[in-house]
Amino acid sequence: MNTLLNNGLFRRLVSIILLIFLWGIVSKIIGDKIILPSPSDVAESIRYHASEDLFEHIYITLLRVFTAFFLAMVIGSAIGIAMGRKKKLDDYFDGWLILALNVPALVTIILCFIWFGLNEVAAVLAVAINKIPTVTVILREGTKAIDERLVQVGKLYNKSRFEIIKDIIVPQLFPYFISAARSGLALIWKIVLVVELLGRSNGVGFKINEFFSMFDTTSILAYTLVFVLIIMSIEWLLVKPTEKKLTEWRL
Amino acid sequence: MKDELIMSPTGRINEFKIIINKKVFPLKNESKEGKNLIFKNLEFTIKKGQFLSLFGPSGCGKTTLLNIISGLDKDYDGYIQPWSKTSQKVNKQDISRKYSFSNISYMFQNPRLFPWLTTIENIKYPIKKQRNADKVANNLLKKVGLEKYKNQYPNRLSGGMQRRVAMARAFAPNPNILLLDEPFISLDKKISNSLRKLLIKLWKKNKPIIIFVTHDLDEAIELADRIFFLSSLPSKILLDYKINLGRPRNRNNKGFLSLKRLLSSATKNKY
Repeated sequence: MNTLLNNGLFRRLVSIILLIFLWGIVSKIIGDKIILPSPSDVAESIRYHASEDLFEHIYITLLRVFTAFFLAMVIGSAIGIAMGRKKKLDDYFDGWLILALNVPALVTIILCFIWFGLNEVAAVLAVAINKIPTVTVILREGTKAIDERLVQVGKLYNKSRFEIIKDIIVPQLFPYFISAARSGLALIWKIVLVVELLGRSNGVGFKINEFFSMFDTTSILAYTLVFVLIIMSIEWLLVKPTEKKLTEWRL
Repeated sequence: MKDELIMSPTGRINEFKIIINKKVFPLKNESKEGKNLIFKNLEFTIKKGQFLSLFGPSGCGKTTLLNIISGLDKDYDGYIQPWSKTSQKVNKQDISRKYSFSNISYMFQNPRLFPWLTTIENIKYPIKKQRNADKVANNLLKKVGLEKYKNQYPNRLSGGMQRRVAMARAFAPNPNILLLDEPFISLDKKISNSLRKLLIKLWKKNKPIIIFVTHDLDEAIELADRIFFLSSLPSKILLDYKINLGRPRNRNNKGFLSLKRLLSSATKNKY
Protein backbone atom coordinates (compact mmCIF):
# COMPACT_ATOMS: atom_id res chain seq x y z
CA MET A 1 0.00 0.00 0.00
CA ASN A 2 2.82 2.35 0.91
CA THR A 3 4.62 1.76 -2.36
CA LEU A 4 1.36 2.41 -4.23
CA LEU A 5 0.95 5.76 -2.47
CA ASN A 6 4.48 6.72 -3.50
CA ASN A 7 3.52 6.34 -7.13
CA GLY A 8 2.73 9.75 -8.68
CA LEU A 9 0.27 8.31 -11.18
CA PHE A 10 -1.60 6.47 -8.42
CA ARG A 11 -1.91 9.66 -6.37
CA ARG A 12 -3.33 11.49 -9.36
CA LEU A 13 -5.88 8.71 -9.86
CA VAL A 14 -6.89 8.86 -6.19
CA SER A 15 -7.31 12.60 -6.50
CA ILE A 16 -9.70 12.27 -9.47
CA ILE A 17 -11.77 9.56 -7.75
CA LEU A 18 -11.95 11.78 -4.67
CA LEU A 19 -13.23 14.68 -6.77
CA ILE A 20 -16.01 12.56 -8.31
CA PHE A 21 -16.88 11.24 -4.87
CA LEU A 22 -17.10 14.78 -3.41
CA TRP A 23 -19.19 15.90 -6.39
CA GLY A 24 -21.59 13.01 -5.70
CA ILE A 25 -21.95 13.93 -2.03
CA VAL A 26 -22.54 17.65 -2.75
CA SER A 27 -25.12 16.87 -5.41
CA LYS A 28 -26.89 14.51 -3.00
CA ILE A 29 -27.03 17.23 -0.31
CA ILE A 30 -28.36 19.82 -2.81
CA GLY A 31 -30.76 17.33 -4.32
CA ASP A 32 -31.61 19.50 -7.34
CA LYS A 33 -30.64 18.38 -10.87
CA ILE A 34 -30.81 21.94 -12.23
CA ILE A 35 -28.19 23.19 -9.80
CA LEU A 36 -25.88 20.18 -9.65
CA PRO A 37 -26.68 16.80 -11.21
CA SER A 38 -24.93 13.73 -9.80
CA PRO A 39 -21.98 12.04 -11.58
CA SER A 40 -24.20 9.14 -12.58
CA ASP A 41 -26.76 11.52 -14.13
CA VAL A 42 -23.99 13.10 -16.20
CA ALA A 43 -22.59 9.71 -17.20
CA GLU A 44 -26.07 8.64 -18.30
CA SER A 45 -26.44 11.92 -20.23
CA ILE A 46 -23.08 11.39 -21.98
CA ARG A 47 -24.25 7.94 -23.07
CA TYR A 48 -27.50 9.40 -24.39
CA HIS A 49 -25.88 12.33 -26.27
CA ALA A 50 -23.16 10.09 -27.65
CA SER A 51 -25.86 8.03 -29.36
CA GLU A 52 -27.36 11.26 -30.71
CA ASP A 53 -25.27 14.13 -32.18
CA LEU A 54 -22.59 14.79 -29.49
CA PHE A 55 -19.61 13.81 -31.65
CA GLU A 56 -20.94 15.63 -34.68
CA HIS A 57 -20.92 18.90 -32.76
CA ILE A 58 -17.57 18.20 -31.15
CA TYR A 59 -16.12 17.44 -34.57
CA ILE A 60 -17.36 20.78 -35.94
CA THR A 61 -15.98 22.65 -32.93
CA LEU A 62 -12.60 20.90 -33.19
CA LEU A 63 -12.44 21.78 -36.88
CA ARG A 64 -12.93 25.45 -36.01
CA VAL A 65 -10.37 25.21 -33.20
CA PHE A 66 -7.70 23.79 -35.48
CA THR A 67 -8.35 26.10 -38.40
CA ALA A 68 -8.16 29.15 -36.14
CA PHE A 69 -5.15 27.70 -34.34
CA PHE A 70 -3.29 27.07 -37.59
CA LEU A 71 -4.07 30.54 -38.92
CA ALA A 72 -3.03 32.22 -35.69
CA MET A 73 0.24 30.26 -35.46
CA VAL A 74 1.28 30.95 -39.06
CA ILE A 75 0.33 34.64 -39.14
CA GLY A 76 1.44 35.35 -35.56
CA SER A 77 4.82 33.63 -36.05
CA ALA A 78 5.51 35.46 -39.30
CA ILE A 79 4.77 38.85 -37.75
CA GLY A 80 6.64 37.99 -34.55
CA ILE A 81 9.78 36.80 -36.34
CA ALA A 82 9.74 39.88 -38.60
CA MET A 83 9.38 42.19 -35.61
CA GLY A 84 12.14 40.36 -33.74
CA ARG A 85 14.54 40.63 -36.67
CA LYS A 86 13.86 44.23 -37.74
CA LYS A 87 14.06 46.88 -35.05
CA LYS A 88 12.30 49.44 -37.25
CA LEU A 89 9.25 47.21 -37.66
CA ASP A 90 9.21 46.61 -33.92
CA ASP A 91 9.29 50.34 -33.20
CA TYR A 92 6.45 51.05 -35.66
CA PHE A 93 4.11 48.24 -34.68
CA ASP A 94 4.77 47.65 -30.99
CA GLY A 95 1.95 50.10 -30.14
CA TRP A 96 -0.46 48.27 -32.44
CA LEU A 97 0.46 45.01 -30.81
CA ILE A 98 -0.22 46.29 -27.30
CA LEU A 99 -3.56 47.64 -28.49
CA ALA A 100 -4.45 44.30 -30.11
CA LEU A 101 -3.47 42.39 -26.96
CA ASN A 102 -5.90 44.46 -24.91
CA VAL A 103 -9.00 44.27 -27.12
CA PRO A 104 -11.45 41.93 -25.35
CA ALA A 105 -12.20 38.70 -27.21
CA LEU A 106 -15.91 39.44 -27.15
CA VAL A 107 -15.41 42.76 -28.99
CA THR A 108 -13.39 41.12 -31.78
CA ILE A 109 -16.02 38.42 -32.17
CA ILE A 110 -18.94 40.85 -32.40
CA LEU A 111 -17.07 43.16 -34.77
CA CYS A 112 -16.19 40.25 -37.06
CA PHE A 113 -19.84 39.16 -37.18
CA ILE A 114 -20.91 42.73 -37.96
CA TRP A 115 -18.25 43.21 -40.67
CA PHE A 116 -18.29 39.81 -42.33
CA GLY A 117 -21.74 38.50 -41.48
CA LEU A 118 -22.82 35.50 -39.39
CA ASN A 119 -20.76 32.98 -41.30
CA GLU A 120 -17.97 30.45 -40.89
CA VAL A 121 -15.22 32.77 -42.15
CA ALA A 122 -16.12 35.47 -39.64
CA ALA A 123 -16.24 32.91 -36.83
CA VAL A 124 -12.82 31.38 -37.52
CA LEU A 125 -11.28 34.78 -38.25
CA ALA A 126 -12.57 36.21 -34.99
CA VAL A 127 -10.90 33.41 -33.03
CA ALA A 128 -7.63 33.66 -34.93
CA ILE A 129 -7.45 37.43 -34.49
CA ASN A 130 -7.79 36.96 -30.75
CA LYS A 131 -4.81 34.64 -30.66
CA ILE A 132 -2.45 36.27 -33.19
CA PRO A 133 -1.09 39.00 -30.86
CA THR A 134 0.01 36.55 -28.16
CA VAL A 135 1.74 34.30 -30.71
CA THR A 136 3.42 37.41 -32.13
CA VAL A 137 4.71 38.48 -28.72
CA ILE A 138 6.11 35.03 -27.89
CA LEU A 139 7.86 34.60 -31.24
CA ARG A 140 9.18 38.16 -31.16
CA GLU A 141 10.89 37.47 -27.85
CA GLY A 142 12.18 34.15 -29.21
CA THR A 143 13.63 35.82 -32.28
CA LYS A 144 15.31 38.48 -30.17
CA ALA A 145 16.88 35.72 -28.08
CA ILE A 146 18.49 34.01 -31.10
CA ASP A 147 22.19 33.52 -30.46
CA GLU A 148 23.97 35.36 -33.29
CA ARG A 149 27.21 33.64 -32.33
CA LEU A 150 25.73 30.33 -33.47
CA VAL A 151 24.53 31.93 -36.72
CA GLN A 152 28.15 33.02 -37.30
CA VAL A 153 29.26 29.38 -37.14
CA GLY A 154 26.92 28.65 -40.06
CA LYS A 155 28.21 31.65 -42.01
CA LEU A 156 31.82 30.63 -41.37
CA TYR A 157 31.26 27.23 -42.98
CA ASN A 158 29.65 28.85 -46.05
CA LYS A 159 26.15 27.56 -45.33
CA SER A 160 23.38 29.07 -47.44
CA ARG A 161 20.77 31.40 -46.00
CA PHE A 162 18.17 28.64 -46.19
CA GLU A 163 20.44 26.14 -44.41
CA ILE A 164 21.14 28.65 -41.66
CA ILE A 165 17.42 29.26 -41.12
CA LYS A 166 16.62 25.54 -41.16
CA ASP A 167 19.55 24.28 -39.08
CA ILE A 168 20.33 27.18 -36.73
CA ILE A 169 17.41 29.64 -36.44
CA VAL A 170 14.41 27.28 -36.33
CA PRO A 171 15.83 24.93 -33.65
CA GLN A 172 16.38 27.95 -31.42
CA LEU A 173 12.74 28.98 -31.94
CA PHE A 174 11.22 25.55 -31.17
CA PRO A 175 10.68 26.15 -27.45
CA TYR A 176 8.83 29.34 -28.34
CA PHE A 177 6.65 27.64 -30.96
CA ILE A 178 5.72 25.00 -28.41
CA SER A 179 4.94 27.56 -25.76
CA ALA A 180 2.78 29.54 -28.21
CA ALA A 181 1.02 26.38 -29.36
CA ARG A 182 0.23 25.24 -25.84
CA SER A 183 -1.17 28.53 -24.58
CA GLY A 184 -2.89 28.93 -27.96
CA LEU A 185 -4.80 25.69 -27.78
CA ALA A 186 -5.97 26.42 -24.24
CA LEU A 187 -7.20 29.89 -25.17
CA ILE A 188 -8.68 29.13 -28.57
CA TRP A 189 -11.09 26.37 -27.66
CA LYS A 190 -12.64 28.59 -25.00
CA ILE A 191 -13.12 31.46 -27.45
CA VAL A 192 -14.54 29.12 -30.10
CA LEU A 193 -17.37 28.20 -27.72
CA VAL A 194 -18.26 31.88 -27.27
CA VAL A 195 -18.22 32.42 -31.05
CA GLU A 196 -20.54 29.44 -31.52
CA LEU A 197 -22.84 30.67 -28.81
CA LEU A 198 -23.12 34.09 -30.42
CA GLY A 199 -23.37 33.35 -34.09
CA ARG A 200 -23.36 29.73 -35.20
CA SER A 201 -26.05 27.08 -35.40
CA ASN A 202 -23.87 24.09 -34.59
CA GLY A 203 -20.90 23.16 -32.43
CA VAL A 204 -20.45 22.67 -28.70
CA GLY A 205 -21.02 26.35 -27.89
CA PHE A 206 -24.32 26.34 -29.79
CA LYS A 207 -25.49 23.20 -27.96
CA ILE A 208 -24.56 24.61 -24.57
CA ASN A 209 -26.62 27.71 -25.32
CA GLU A 210 -29.54 25.46 -26.29
CA PHE A 211 -29.28 23.49 -23.03
CA PHE A 212 -29.01 26.75 -21.11
CA SER A 213 -32.37 27.89 -22.47
CA MET A 214 -33.86 24.64 -21.09
CA PHE A 215 -31.91 24.77 -17.80
CA ASP A 216 -30.52 21.34 -18.72
CA THR A 217 -27.44 21.44 -16.47
CA THR A 218 -26.87 17.70 -16.87
CA SER A 219 -26.40 18.00 -20.65
CA ILE A 220 -24.20 21.09 -20.25
CA LEU A 221 -21.88 19.15 -17.94
CA ALA A 222 -21.96 16.10 -20.22
CA TYR A 223 -20.86 18.12 -23.25
CA THR A 224 -18.24 20.05 -21.28
CA LEU A 225 -16.72 16.95 -19.75
CA VAL A 226 -16.34 15.12 -23.05
CA PHE A 227 -14.89 18.17 -24.79
CA VAL A 228 -12.43 18.92 -22.01
CA LEU A 229 -11.28 15.30 -22.04
CA ILE A 230 -10.63 15.49 -25.78
CA ILE A 231 -8.64 18.72 -25.45
CA MET A 232 -6.65 17.21 -22.58
CA SER A 233 -5.81 14.11 -24.57
CA ILE A 234 -4.59 16.29 -27.43
CA GLU A 235 -2.25 17.98 -24.96
CA TRP A 236 -1.11 14.65 -23.51
CA LEU A 237 -0.86 12.61 -26.67
CA LEU A 238 0.27 15.25 -29.16
CA VAL A 239 1.74 18.42 -27.63
CA LYS A 240 3.69 16.90 -24.75
CA PRO A 241 5.43 14.12 -26.70
CA THR A 242 6.30 16.58 -29.50
CA GLU A 243 7.76 18.96 -26.97
CA LYS A 244 9.74 16.21 -25.30
CA LYS A 245 11.18 15.06 -28.60
CA LEU A 246 12.08 18.53 -29.82
CA THR A 247 13.63 19.80 -26.61
CA GLU A 248 15.32 16.69 -25.20
CA TRP A 249 18.70 18.41 -25.63
CA ARG A 250 17.83 20.85 -22.85
CA LEU A 251 18.91 19.85 -19.37
CA MET B 1 26.97 39.98 -49.50
CA LYS B 2 27.92 37.69 -52.36
CA ASP B 3 30.37 40.00 -54.09
CA GLU B 4 33.48 38.46 -52.57
CA LEU B 5 35.52 35.90 -54.40
CA ILE B 6 35.56 32.38 -53.14
CA MET B 7 38.88 30.60 -53.30
CA SER B 8 38.87 27.49 -55.39
CA PRO B 9 38.53 24.70 -52.83
CA THR B 10 41.13 22.53 -54.52
CA GLY B 11 44.04 24.93 -54.20
CA ARG B 12 45.92 24.65 -50.94
CA ILE B 13 47.06 28.03 -49.74
CA ASN B 14 50.81 28.49 -49.63
CA GLU B 15 50.74 31.88 -47.99
CA PHE B 16 48.50 34.84 -47.60
CA LYS B 17 48.96 38.50 -47.02
CA ILE B 18 46.64 40.68 -45.04
CA ILE B 19 46.48 44.41 -45.52
CA ILE B 20 44.21 46.50 -43.35
CA ASN B 21 44.36 50.19 -44.15
CA LYS B 22 41.81 51.16 -41.56
CA LYS B 23 39.40 49.49 -39.18
CA VAL B 24 37.25 51.45 -36.76
CA PHE B 25 34.68 50.54 -34.15
CA PRO B 26 31.27 51.62 -35.33
CA LEU B 27 30.72 54.20 -32.60
CA LYS B 28 27.50 56.16 -32.52
CA ASN B 29 29.13 59.16 -30.87
CA GLU B 30 30.78 61.15 -33.67
CA SER B 31 32.75 63.37 -31.30
CA LYS B 32 34.86 60.42 -30.21
CA GLU B 33 36.39 60.19 -33.70
CA GLY B 34 39.93 58.93 -33.50
CA LYS B 35 39.48 57.08 -30.24
CA ASN B 36 37.71 54.22 -31.95
CA LEU B 37 40.52 53.36 -34.35
CA ILE B 38 41.49 49.68 -34.02
CA PHE B 39 43.93 49.16 -36.88
CA LYS B 40 45.78 51.56 -39.13
CA ASN B 41 48.12 50.33 -41.89
CA LEU B 42 48.48 46.83 -40.51
CA GLU B 43 50.15 44.46 -42.93
CA PHE B 44 51.68 41.01 -42.63
CA THR B 45 52.20 37.73 -44.50
CA ILE B 46 51.73 34.22 -43.19
CA LYS B 47 53.29 31.17 -44.78
CA LYS B 48 52.05 27.62 -45.14
CA GLY B 49 52.43 25.39 -42.08
CA GLN B 50 53.02 28.28 -39.73
CA PHE B 51 51.67 28.37 -36.23
CA LEU B 52 51.27 32.05 -35.46
CA SER B 53 50.36 33.39 -32.07
CA LEU B 54 48.82 36.82 -31.55
CA PHE B 55 49.83 38.08 -28.14
CA GLY B 56 48.67 41.33 -26.62
CA PRO B 57 46.66 43.05 -23.90
CA SER B 58 42.93 42.50 -23.82
CA GLY B 59 40.97 44.86 -26.03
CA CYS B 60 43.78 45.29 -28.53
CA GLY B 61 41.75 43.98 -31.44
CA LYS B 62 42.95 40.37 -31.55
CA THR B 63 39.45 38.96 -31.93
CA THR B 64 38.60 41.67 -34.47
CA LEU B 65 41.58 40.58 -36.54
CA LEU B 66 40.42 36.96 -36.51
CA ASN B 67 36.91 38.02 -37.51
CA ILE B 68 38.34 39.96 -40.44
CA ILE B 69 40.46 37.03 -41.61
CA SER B 70 37.54 34.63 -41.24
CA GLY B 71 35.33 36.84 -43.39
CA LEU B 72 32.75 37.27 -40.63
CA ASP B 73 33.68 40.96 -40.36
CA LYS B 74 33.78 42.66 -43.76
CA ASP B 75 33.47 46.20 -42.48
CA TYR B 76 37.05 47.40 -42.91
CA ASP B 77 39.22 49.13 -45.46
CA GLY B 78 41.74 46.66 -46.83
CA TYR B 79 42.01 43.21 -48.33
CA ILE B 80 43.33 39.70 -47.89
CA GLN B 81 45.45 38.31 -50.68
CA PRO B 82 45.80 34.56 -50.88
CA TRP B 83 48.08 32.67 -53.19
CA SER B 84 47.35 29.12 -53.98
CA LYS B 85 49.47 26.63 -55.87
CA THR B 86 47.32 27.02 -58.94
CA SER B 87 47.38 30.80 -59.16
CA GLN B 88 50.50 32.63 -58.20
CA LYS B 89 49.35 35.93 -59.59
CA VAL B 90 46.39 37.88 -58.38
CA ASN B 91 45.16 40.54 -60.75
CA LYS B 92 44.18 44.03 -59.75
CA GLN B 93 40.50 43.49 -60.05
CA ASP B 94 40.66 40.62 -57.59
CA ILE B 95 42.67 42.61 -55.09
CA SER B 96 40.01 45.26 -54.84
CA ARG B 97 37.58 42.64 -53.61
CA LYS B 98 37.44 40.90 -50.28
CA TYR B 99 38.39 37.28 -50.32
CA SER B 100 36.73 34.83 -48.13
CA PHE B 101 38.54 31.57 -47.80
CA SER B 102 36.48 28.58 -48.71
CA ASN B 103 38.33 26.34 -46.32
CA ILE B 104 38.80 28.23 -43.13
CA SER B 105 37.88 27.09 -39.66
CA TYR B 106 37.49 28.88 -36.38
CA MET B 107 37.53 27.74 -32.77
CA PHE B 108 35.88 30.46 -30.74
CA GLN B 109 36.49 31.53 -27.16
CA ASN B 110 33.13 30.09 -26.23
CA PRO B 111 32.79 26.56 -27.72
CA ARG B 112 29.66 27.65 -29.69
CA LEU B 113 28.38 24.10 -30.04
CA PHE B 114 24.80 23.64 -31.20
CA PRO B 115 22.99 22.51 -28.05
CA TRP B 116 20.34 20.62 -30.03
CA LEU B 117 22.89 18.47 -31.85
CA THR B 118 24.74 15.54 -30.31
CA THR B 119 28.52 15.44 -30.04
CA ILE B 120 28.97 13.57 -33.31
CA GLU B 121 26.42 15.74 -35.15
CA ASN B 122 28.24 18.86 -33.98
CA ILE B 123 31.57 17.57 -35.27
CA LYS B 124 29.97 16.63 -38.58
CA TYR B 125 28.26 20.00 -39.07
CA PRO B 126 30.89 21.77 -41.24
CA ILE B 127 31.18 18.81 -43.62
CA LYS B 128 27.62 17.49 -43.48
CA LYS B 129 27.28 17.32 -47.24
CA GLN B 130 30.51 15.44 -47.87
CA ARG B 131 30.23 11.75 -48.54
CA ASN B 132 32.91 10.76 -46.04
CA ALA B 133 31.51 13.00 -43.30
CA ASP B 134 30.67 10.10 -40.97
CA LYS B 135 34.10 8.57 -41.28
CA VAL B 136 35.93 11.86 -40.73
CA ALA B 137 33.77 12.80 -37.75
CA ASN B 138 34.11 9.39 -36.09
CA ASN B 139 37.84 9.48 -36.60
CA LEU B 140 38.11 12.91 -34.96
CA LEU B 141 35.83 11.82 -32.15
CA LYS B 142 38.26 9.02 -31.42
CA LYS B 143 41.25 11.34 -31.55
CA VAL B 144 39.77 13.73 -29.01
CA GLY B 145 38.87 10.75 -26.83
CA LEU B 146 35.12 11.24 -26.61
CA GLU B 147 33.80 8.04 -28.19
CA LYS B 148 31.76 7.32 -25.09
CA TYR B 149 29.96 10.63 -25.46
CA LYS B 150 29.13 10.27 -29.15
CA ASN B 151 25.38 10.68 -28.71
CA GLN B 152 25.38 13.07 -25.75
CA TYR B 153 24.16 16.63 -25.99
CA PRO B 154 26.74 19.38 -25.24
CA ASN B 155 24.87 20.57 -22.15
CA ARG B 156 25.71 17.28 -20.49
CA LEU B 157 29.45 17.58 -21.15
CA SER B 158 32.00 19.34 -18.96
CA GLY B 159 33.69 22.56 -20.10
CA GLY B 160 36.85 20.69 -21.08
CA MET B 161 34.93 18.10 -23.09
CA GLN B 162 32.99 20.83 -24.88
CA ARG B 163 36.29 22.37 -25.98
CA ARG B 164 37.37 18.96 -27.29
CA VAL B 165 34.21 18.73 -29.37
CA ALA B 166 34.73 22.29 -30.62
CA MET B 167 38.31 21.42 -31.58
CA ALA B 168 37.21 18.30 -33.43
CA ARG B 169 34.61 20.36 -35.30
CA ALA B 170 37.24 22.96 -36.19
CA PHE B 171 39.48 20.27 -37.70
CA ALA B 172 36.63 18.43 -39.47
CA PRO B 173 36.80 20.38 -42.76
CA ASN B 174 40.60 19.79 -42.93
CA PRO B 175 41.11 23.55 -43.04
CA ASN B 176 43.78 25.53 -44.83
CA ILE B 177 43.62 28.13 -42.13
CA LEU B 178 42.52 27.60 -38.56
CA LEU B 179 41.78 30.51 -36.26
CA LEU B 180 41.69 30.03 -32.49
CA ASP B 181 40.51 32.74 -30.14
CA GLU B 182 41.79 32.06 -26.61
CA PRO B 183 40.19 28.63 -26.81
CA PHE B 184 41.54 27.30 -23.50
CA ILE B 185 40.62 30.22 -21.30
CA SER B 186 38.96 29.64 -17.91
CA LEU B 187 39.85 25.97 -17.67
CA ASP B 188 42.00 24.46 -14.95
CA LYS B 189 45.71 24.00 -15.71
CA LYS B 190 45.64 20.26 -16.14
CA ILE B 191 42.81 20.35 -18.65
CA SER B 192 44.15 23.29 -20.66
CA ASN B 193 47.51 21.53 -20.75
CA SER B 194 46.05 18.37 -22.24
CA LEU B 195 44.03 20.43 -24.73
CA ARG B 196 47.19 22.19 -25.92
CA LYS B 197 48.86 18.81 -26.47
CA LEU B 198 45.80 17.64 -28.39
CA LEU B 199 45.87 20.75 -30.56
CA ILE B 200 49.49 20.15 -31.53
CA LYS B 201 48.72 16.50 -32.26
CA LEU B 202 45.83 17.36 -34.58
CA TRP B 203 47.73 20.23 -36.20
CA LYS B 204 50.75 18.09 -37.04
CA LYS B 205 48.78 15.87 -39.41
CA ASN B 206 48.13 18.41 -42.20
CA LYS B 207 49.73 21.51 -40.68
CA PRO B 208 47.18 24.18 -41.58
CA ILE B 209 48.12 27.80 -41.01
CA ILE B 210 47.12 28.51 -37.42
CA ILE B 211 46.47 31.90 -35.93
CA PHE B 212 46.14 31.54 -32.20
CA VAL B 213 45.06 34.44 -30.00
CA THR B 214 46.23 34.46 -26.41
CA HIS B 215 47.18 36.78 -23.61
CA ASP B 216 49.28 34.14 -21.88
CA LEU B 217 52.95 34.38 -22.90
CA ASP B 218 53.70 30.83 -21.70
CA GLU B 219 50.97 29.48 -23.94
CA ALA B 220 52.23 31.49 -26.92
CA ILE B 221 55.82 30.24 -26.49
CA GLU B 222 54.74 26.66 -25.93
CA LEU B 223 52.64 26.49 -29.11
CA ALA B 224 53.80 28.92 -31.74
CA ASP B 225 56.46 29.11 -34.44
CA ARG B 226 56.03 32.83 -34.56
CA ILE B 227 54.60 35.41 -32.19
CA PHE B 228 53.19 38.83 -32.98
CA PHE B 229 53.26 41.16 -30.01
CA LEU B 230 50.41 43.61 -30.53
CA SER B 231 50.19 47.04 -28.91
CA SER B 232 47.13 48.62 -27.39
CA LEU B 233 44.82 50.64 -29.68
CA PRO B 234 45.32 51.55 -32.41
CA SER B 235 46.94 48.16 -32.66
CA LYS B 236 50.38 47.74 -34.25
CA ILE B 237 52.79 44.81 -34.39
CA LEU B 238 55.44 45.71 -31.82
CA LEU B 239 57.54 42.63 -32.40
CA ASP B 240 57.42 39.77 -34.88
CA TYR B 241 59.42 36.95 -33.25
CA LYS B 242 60.33 33.55 -34.68
CA ILE B 243 60.65 30.77 -32.15
CA ASN B 244 63.26 28.12 -32.74
CA LEU B 245 62.58 25.75 -29.86
CA GLY B 246 62.13 22.08 -30.69
CA ARG B 247 58.87 20.28 -29.98
CA PRO B 248 57.44 19.07 -27.66
CA ARG B 249 58.21 22.05 -25.47
CA ASN B 250 58.51 21.92 -21.75
CA ARG B 251 57.72 25.03 -19.76
CA ASN B 252 60.45 24.25 -17.21
CA ASN B 253 63.13 23.78 -19.82
CA LYS B 254 66.07 26.22 -19.66
CA GLY B 255 65.68 27.44 -23.23
CA PHE B 256 61.98 28.02 -22.67
CA LEU B 257 62.55 30.03 -19.52
CA SER B 258 65.31 32.21 -20.92
CA LEU B 259 63.26 32.93 -24.03
CA LYS B 260 60.35 33.89 -21.85
CA ARG B 261 62.56 36.25 -19.85
CA LEU B 262 63.94 37.78 -23.03
CA LEU B 263 60.53 38.33 -24.59
CA SER B 264 58.89 39.76 -21.51
CA SER B 265 61.74 42.21 -20.92
CA ALA B 266 61.80 43.21 -24.60
CA THR B 267 58.13 44.09 -24.55
CA LYS B 268 57.83 45.20 -20.91
CA ASN B 269 57.89 48.96 -21.49
CA LYS B 270 55.49 48.76 -24.38
CA TYR B 271 52.47 47.60 -22.40
